Amino acid sequence: MRKFIDKIKPAFEKGGKLGFLHSTFDAFESFLYVPDTVTKKGSHVRDCVDLKRIMIIMVLALVPAMLFGIWNTGYQHKLAFGLDDWGFWNVVWYGLVKVIPLYLVSYIVGLGIEFISAQIRGHEVNEGYLVSGMLIPLIVPADVPLWTLALAVAFAVILGKEVFGGTGMNIWNPALLARAFLFFSYPSKMSGDTIWTPGVTRYLAEGKAYACGNGLVDGFSGATPLAHPSVEGLQNAGTSLWDMIAGVIPGCVGETSVIAILIGAVILIWTGVASWKIMLSSVIGGLAMGYLGFAVGATDLPGYWQLVMGGFLFGTVFMATDPVTSAQTETGKWIYGFLVGALAVTVRMFNPGYPEGMMLAILLMNTFAPLIDHYVVNGAISRRAGKIKTA
Amino acid sequence: MSNIIELKRGLNIPIAGAAAQKVKKVVIPDVAAVKPTDFRGLIPKLLVREGDTVLAGSPVFADKVTPDILFTSPVSGTVSEIVRGEKRKLLEIRIKADKEQKSEDFGAEKVASLDETAIKEKLLKSGLWPAIIQRPYGIIAKPSDRPKAIFISAFSTAPLSANPEFALRDELENIQTGINALAKLTKGGVHVSFSSSNYSGTPLHKLENITTHIFSGKHPAGNVGVQISHISPVAKGDIIWTVSLTMAAAIGKLFNTGKYDVSRLVAVTGPKASDPSYVKGFAGMCMKDIAEYYGNAPEGIRFISGDVLTGTNVGAEGFLGFFDNQVTLIKEGNEHELFGWAKPFRTKLFSTSHTYFSWLTPKKQYEMDTNLHGGPRAFVMSDVYSKVLPMDIFPVYLIKACMTGDIDKMEKFGIYEVIEEDLALCEYVCPSKIEIQSILSGGIDLMMKEMA
Repeated sequence: MRKFIDKIKPAFEKGGKLGFLHSTFDAFESFLYVPDTVTKKGSHVRDCVDLKRIMIIMVLALVPAMLFGIWNTGYQHKLAFGLDDWGFWNVVWYGLVKVIPLYLVSYIVGLGIEFISAQIRGHEVNEGYLVSGMLIPLIVPADVPLWTLALAVAFAVILGKEVFGGTGMNIWNPALLARAFLFFSYPSKMSGDTIWTPGVTRYLAEGKAYACGNGLVDGFSGATPLAHPSVEGLQNAGTSLWDMIAGVIPGCVGETSVIAILIGAVILIWTGVASWKIMLSSVIGGLAMGYLGFAVGATDLPGYWQLVMGGFLFGTVFMATDPVTSAQTETGKWIYGFLVGALAVTVRMFNPGYPEGMMLAILLMNTFAPLIDHYVVNGAISRRAGKIKTA
Repeated sequence: MSNIIELKRGLNIPIAGAAAQKVKKVVIPDVAAVKPTDFRGLIPKLLVREGDTVLAGSPVFADKVTPDILFTSPVSGTVSEIVRGEKRKLLEIRIKADKEQKSEDFGAEKVASLDETAIKEKLLKSGLWPAIIQRPYGIIAKPSDRPKAIFISAFSTAPLSANPEFALRDELENIQTGINALAKLTKGGVHVSFSSSNYSGTPLHKLENITTHIFSGKHPAGNVGVQISHISPVAKGDIIWTVSLTMAAAIGKLFNTGKYDVSRLVAVTGPKASDPSYVKGFAGMCMKDIAEYYGNAPEGIRFISGDVLTGTNVGAEGFLGFFDNQVTLIKEGNEHELFGWAKPFRTKLFSTSHTYFSWLTPKKQYEMDTNLHGGPRAFVMSDVYSKVLPMDIFPVYLIKACMTGDIDKMEKFGIYEVIEEDLALCEYVCPSKIEIQSILSGGIDLMMKEMA
């Protein structure tokens, strides 16, 4: 294998026959092999961790949520159409049929754009999209039309990332941008209650769908718990707290199961890939706002319900902690996380037209993260200046 | 006794090949070199030609800006070659040593009887003035300045560094003389920092005429820059001088014996050194003089004058740097590793990151090589750098300011306090493989140009 690569390598180098594909070749080569580059300046030895390793850990942390999402996609479909004879594998099979196309679209479109832009710049292909591409299918409803998803991915990668100079330079989390794009550009396709349950959209539109059985069961609502965030509303829908923790509720593909997300969180915190400070402060912020709302009567749900509903936890663990778009300073991370959690719950409680606040909260705080850092850094500098003066 | 300053952040890199405390041989000089590149920002003015004969201590080149600062030959012999690089930049002046070594005599004198001017003059003439480094910037001190204080670190935490108690075991008296001489150059006194692990046991704690400080912590706790930032941070306009213990000993020898003597015990270390130990060598000695450590087979080995974080790659026929008392031999890692980053375990490699499992074997030492272990990327991770930098600065912000060449920001983020060695660990841990030391170097060069 190595010999084969070394044999074809000259063709891809500068001046070679296929020299214009240099970045592409390099991406595949460095995917297979750690490059043989040695240190030239500065420190002669380096830590063996690189961004590829960090990204793959992030992807790994998302796997439980993804697997659960695949199962839950099938399970929600089974519930909606009353397919009592479906066993575990039927459910998983349906989930795979629904989720794999989302991944194909996400990776083909996203990585395609990454490769092309790396090629244009003559850079190495950055591995950042491996994570974004993994995230995007998990934060959209399973029934999202694939062509709109493709558009959203293209929008997020080009305008969200590449125009700023690629991974590490972007201001907003690309995966969330893709979702925001979908929600605001195609509200007709993304809103309402039925989008959240796989297969229902097509059934309602065309009167038939893959494995639709005898049609929708009586009393099917398909709404996520966020659509009726009150004790009574949840009771009527038959959703218990345990349902929401386990994740057997309608929602975006990967966001429903608290357990799967917490497994990911443990991996991320243990490996230090994501900041525990942001996660903790976001949870604190969410709880604080949730209980405040409970106290003043804006909602009759105690604060901790806010954590398990909708995308709060998924956003907290996987999206708010994005090292590029979150606050960079340690103090800033506490402030940033707290505000993400607090804003998300605030939007939920006071904006009936748009029940999921997490996405907007994170995007807004992404925008303000540099400002938070600016004040944290300036504060530290003036403190230091004072110290030097007295010394 | 002063309080112990505890530094929590830092990292000791577990690289194999520490030198055993024995002296394996005495290097007999053959070809030696003086290298203008050992000194930051120096523009050299050559004073000899090929074929000239010199004594140990004879001037070889001078500083073009301050011609009083002389740089002298470590051996007596004949100038055999003047090596120039791109744009005729002066790289090395090679001197073929005589069989019998002779030195210039600068005259042994009691420091107590000398005043500041006399001490400065003697240091300048003998070629030991360049041993005094100025902060900010890490350049050779200006003879006309009077610094706020002079700092010496009496311990080293750098990877595999020479043990000062062993390497300087016969030099205690010289160090004391050196400190006495230096103390006359400043009002703020000579500050010496010791390690908390051995400050009461080390013979060095008998030094007098000093202000003592004690530090505990991992590398870079032994870096003088880190120590200064905790004792008396460098503010704009401040000037502080630093001297290494090795150079303080050389200064002491100058006053005690009247000779320019840069001989020292050099630790030959690293995974590629067989039986790592000490040799009695000198600044400017050739790597070929330690051939037995690598079985005379230099292929695939990187020769580093200094430690793996901050040393210079001098090559198999290179020469020991002016300030260094350590040589590190490591393998050139120009090999591809199949699926390296995707493997769950890489037991032969060390990482501070918990994404690998080397935290399970904290005592293990690793045969590190020079592989970069990844491709260069933009800054992504924000919290890895400050974990290895026990200073009150924001390394990422400072480096970004250096990249954009924004001198106002560089000033605000603390460029006066650091030189490359202080941020070397940040470079080591960087998952984006950013060349932090050379970016900082560019920043410091820009500062000097703009502030001049």
